[in-house]
Amino acid sequence: MLGESQIRELLEKAFRISPADETEIVLEAHDSALTRFANNTIHQNVAEVNTEIAVRVVVGKRVGSAITNRLTEEALGRAIEEAVAMARLQPENPEFPGLPDPEPIEPVLAFDEAVAGATPEWRARAVGAVCRMAESMGASAAGALSTGIYELAVANSRGVFAYHAGTEVHFTTVVMCDEGSGYAHRAAWRLTDLDVESLGRSAVDKALRSRNPRPIEPGVYPVVLEPYAVDDILSWLGYAGAGALAVQEGRSWMNDRIGRPIMSPMVTIWDDGRDPAGLPLPFDFEGVPRQRVVIVEKGVPRSPVYDTITAAREGRRSTGHALPRSRPQTASLGPIPIHLFMAPGEATLEEMIRQVDRGLYITRFWYTRLVHPRDCVLTGMTRDGVFWIEKGEIAYPVQNLRFTQGYVPALAQVRAVGKERWVLSEGFGFTCVPALLLEAFTFTGVTEMPGR
Amino acid sequence: MKELLERALNAAQLKGASYADVRLVHRIEQSLLVRNGVVQGISQIEDMGFGVRVIADGAWGFASSARLTVEEAERIAGRAVQIAKASALFKKEDVDIGPPVVQRGTYRTPVQIDPFTVPLEKKLEVLMAADAAMRAVKGIAATEAEMVFLRERKIFASTEGSWIEQEIIESGCGIEALAVGPDEVQRRSYPNSVGCHQMTRGWEFIEECDLPGHAPRIAEEAVALLTADPCPDTVTTVILGGSQVALQIHESCGHPIELDRVFGTEAAYAGTSFLTPEKLGTFRYGSEVVNITADATLPGGLGTFGWDDEGVPAQRVDIVKEGLFVGYMTSRETARQLLKLLGPSPYVTGLSNGTMRASGWNRIPLIRMTNVNLLPGTWRLEDLIADTEEGIFMDTNRSWSIDDKRLNFQFGCEIAWEIKGGKLTRMLKNPIYTGITPEFWRSCDAVCNADHWVIWGTPNCGKGQPSQLAHTGHGAAPARFRNVRVFSRK
Repeated sequence: MLGESQIRELLEKAFRISPADETEIVLEAHDSALTRFANNTIHQNVAEVNTEIAVRVVVGKRVGSAITNRLTEEALGRAIEEAVAMARLQPENPEFPGLPDPEPIEPVLAFDEAVAGATPEWRARAVGAVCRMAESMGASAAGALSTGIYELAVANSRGVFAYHAGTEVHFTTVVMCDEGSGYAHRAAWRLTDLDVESLGRSAVDKALRSRNPRPIEPGVYPVVLEPYAVDDILSWLGYAGAGALAVQEGRSWMNDRIGRPIMSPMVTIWDDGRDPAGLPLPFDFEGVPRQRVVIVEKGVPRSPVYDTITAAREGRRSTGHALPRSRPQTASLGPIPIHLFMAPGEATLEEMIRQVDRGLYITRFWYTRLVHPRDCVLTGMTRDGVFWIEKGEIAYPVQNLRFTQGYVPALAQVRAVGKERWVLSEGFGFTCVPALLLEAFTFTGVTEMPGR
Repeated sequence: MKELLERALNAAQLKGASYADVRLVHRIEQSLLVRNGVVQGISQIEDMGFGVRVIADGAWGFASSARLTVEEAERIAGRAVQIAKASALFKKEDVDIGPPVVQRGTYRTPVQIDPFTVPLEKKLEVLMAADAAMRAVKGIAATEAEMVFLRERKIFASTEGSWIEQEIIESGCGIEALAVGPDEVQRRSYPNSVGCHQMTRGWEFIEECDLPGHAPRIAEEAVALLTADPCPDTVTTVILGGSQVALQIHESCGHPIELDRVFGTEAAYAGTSFLTPEKLGTFRYGSEVVNITADATLPGGLGTFGWDDEGVPAQRVDIVKEGLFVGYMTSRETARQLLKLLGPSPYVTGLSNGTMRASGWNRIPLIRMTNVNLLPGTWRLEDLIADTEEGIFMDTNRSWSIDDKRLNFQFGCEIAWEIKGGKLTRMLKNPIYTGITPEFWRSCDAVCNADHWVIWGTPNCGKGQPSQLAHTGHGAAPARFRNVRVFSRK
């Protein structure tokens, strides 16, 4: 770990040598390791130490940026020079509102010494237990267990200095057995919040129960979605339309719908980067404190999230949701909520299943892609445990189906919300989500293997 | 740097590694993005570090660092060995990478104009001109124009005696126009969608793409799509444009022939494969006009290099020959596993065909597509359309989804035209087609000729944990498929 004081010293040096009108530095450091297993044995086992410094400079209303992972003063000076040279080449951007001013940022605890001290041997033993469990049941386990420390510092020449250090532990497994499969995943910043063995057991159990799946016809069915599938729904709603840029450009599911009920009153979604129940990060990549933003309240879209530029366009303040701005391709996405929560309900999974006469129980979605942005229409496959529900009980496993479904209309059909929530993070950010019972979900295909 | 690499290899051996390799990678990436007439950003990214991969106690370990000192090299080599020994706690058998591979040499992407010597002003000028040409079309709500340039220098050294130095140069560009109507959003892209079209070529590639020249057409098509009829829900003949054929190859052929996926080592993330080993040499993957190669020697392809990241020379390999499935992409380890499983045959040599690549110094090499190509057929596109009584021509990918075994796919395109009586007629919006991989390729009855053949670049192929983005190439020409289920978004 570099630590706050060493980082502060480095960044102050950068501000002293920068000839730009304004300068912003984002420093990301991590020391992480990942143990990967498949066929009940460890096959890949890796570790990485890296620090990346992103420089953004402002000359008038021109912005340039450069990124380096070299920590020498010379490399930092070169990055600043390059960024300034790039800024000077550009025409003025009349919309650029300037770098943000400092605001108080309350620190959030998200660092666990037990995660920071996790060894390769600890990871090997933890995944080894899952492999042995799968093997003893005639199944094959694959997956990954990762542990790591990260530091993020954002500072600018207007006086912003924000620093956060955290830990993360992630575990994922897919267990396979006779055309059946099961899945488990969790993310946490505290080691005690993640029970690898118990997750492994649930995946093995699901794999055994989903063996020899029966064929099923595509159609419209009621569905009970485990939180893994709900994670996909929330992540896409966030990525494809809950940022202010998407709304300003007219390509969001929120367009013309803010303040109007479009989902079930049981649906409330918010973004909160400060809640320690998730994987907190108390400020964004411009050093602005993250606000809790209610995106959908009891089925009614309320507000997208903002960074400084989209906020200035509407005469508002940033809600602290800027992505890293030094990479043009990331910056072009605009602000995006990456700490998403869905309000829990009161039902257990068993109670939801009991409410279904004929329908499907789905573990997770796979390879989902946006078909159309306005209703947030996605296509994807089910994976790792799909079951037919008959008269309120799980009857038998069925084969995987392809769906093509608007996630917004799907959330208009919520009949029950689970009371337990899981913290899931398989990409950038996380979701904290319950299970859902939906009245109708559209499946458009099935998988069949043709002969030779 | 030589000392750093040698110290890493020595330290790994002293700590107990039976094999070690080290890769030192220095990468410079330059990106320019213009959005709605405003320079969204110009950035230059410098990334440098080294990774040490070892076998110790018969198991793999890997560690990497951006701190370039000999002390760190020794520490990281020790960490890699410690990790390998932890892996060995639960190994089933020792890793076997076959006979030693000893290679020495250099490779540099041949370019006419080094893109890093072209002034940024010139690059911006092209982007601003293309962006302005799109915005000049009434009804356009947002525009984007971008360029990416990459220079990667890397040194590979191994305890077997290899020492390889390579310099890979890439250039990429693309434009997008977004039109928004009361209930409809339509996007058109050029030359390809989802970011850039990219090749291992120089600035000459950007000039050939002529972004400003294509910008008005792209913008006009985006606006026209707002009021176009939706693609009908039917089963019909489909002709796919070259870039969509490239994506179809990538998803439904390129991924299932990765032998690590076949052996289950990507099961928890990227998935497995329907092309299981007993199908090698016996399975009819496509019709007789379907010939597919994996070719890392193809000039300009995004998957073109001198040696892979295990030090194995670049090769051209048959994957599908006249419709028959005949080859996988392999690594040193998986090639041995296949030999043990199937025994030697014309399709099984036990030697790697050189497809292991890492996305950077901090990642291990995985089997990645090189340039996986559908070889050209005999048709001119205009003749193929004239030969089609009824059908739909679809172009430029908009969405892609395929199951974990790479069988059930559904792809959406940005634009389509109805074919009636051998002619392109009305424009259709929101076209989607779906199918099962071998059924689809068996229904292919025509591939266009070399005049229509382009090596499309896919610079965003995800695989592995921690995740890696690979740059892959796909030579493809428009092709015709019969009895395809098509529909519009619901």
